[in-house]
Amino acid sequence: MKILYFAWLRQRVGAGEETVDLPADVKNVGQLIDWLKTRGPAYQAALSDTSAIRVAVNHEFAGLDAAIAAGDEIALFPPMTGG
Amino acid sequence: MAVRVQREDFDVGAELAALTAGRTDIGGVSCFLGLVRDIAGERPITAMTLEHYAGMTEKMLGEIETEARRRWPLDATLIVHRHGRLEPGDRIVLVITASAHRKAAIESCEFLIDWLKTKAPFWKLEETDAGARWVAARQSDDAAAARWKEPRQTAGKAAK
Repeated sequence: MKILYFAWLRQRVGAGEETVDLPADVKNVGQLIDWLKTRGPAYQAALSDTSAIRVAVNHEFAGLDAAIAAGDEIALFPPMTGG
Repeated sequence: MAVRVQREDFDVGAELAALTAGRTDIGGVSCFLGLVRDIAGERPITAMTLEHYAGMTEKMLGEIETEARRRWPLDATLIVHRHGRLEPGDRIVLVITASAHRKAAIESCEFLIDWLKTKAPFWKLEETDAGARWVAARQSDDAAAARWKEPRQTAGKAAK
């Protein structure tokens, strides 16, 4: 699975993009974030406040309960500030 | 109908001329031009860098534009949004809407910029003399976007 990080999430995680092999019990966005947090202090710090995180699955906004699968592109980012 | 995400600057006059060239059905054109301001909160900013999610940005801008065309009778629309490093005074975003009548053009232009701010995946990093910081999303922007929310129809009770 491809995971993208943007803005301060990218800086805190320390990478803009990575490919991960998903554990079998990770089936939705919330479980993915919980699993990512176990991967080290940088992830823990970046993902500690889920209310500050927005998610897109394959370029569509998604909630924490959205189902995910191995071939998906998941993006994690703060609320948008364009315009 | 067009959406562009680009690093380069744009020429407002040229874009307006191109959008209306050869068209005699358009009666009103509305245009919003966003510029980089030199003050954010208390501190002067020296530059701003816009990051975006390539691929999703174009898709979301296209969806927002489609929604505007569903709501208003528009003859032509254009959204141009820049990314990369910009300085105070630089052009950052352009929204143009054209319709037979002014009301549709003006309202849809406001709708597009309000929705764009909360739905298109852009993030601003401001540089100040005290360092760089990510701009926080503003509740007033959410409120501006929420004004355009349509009342939800009750399922199974469609108008006859």
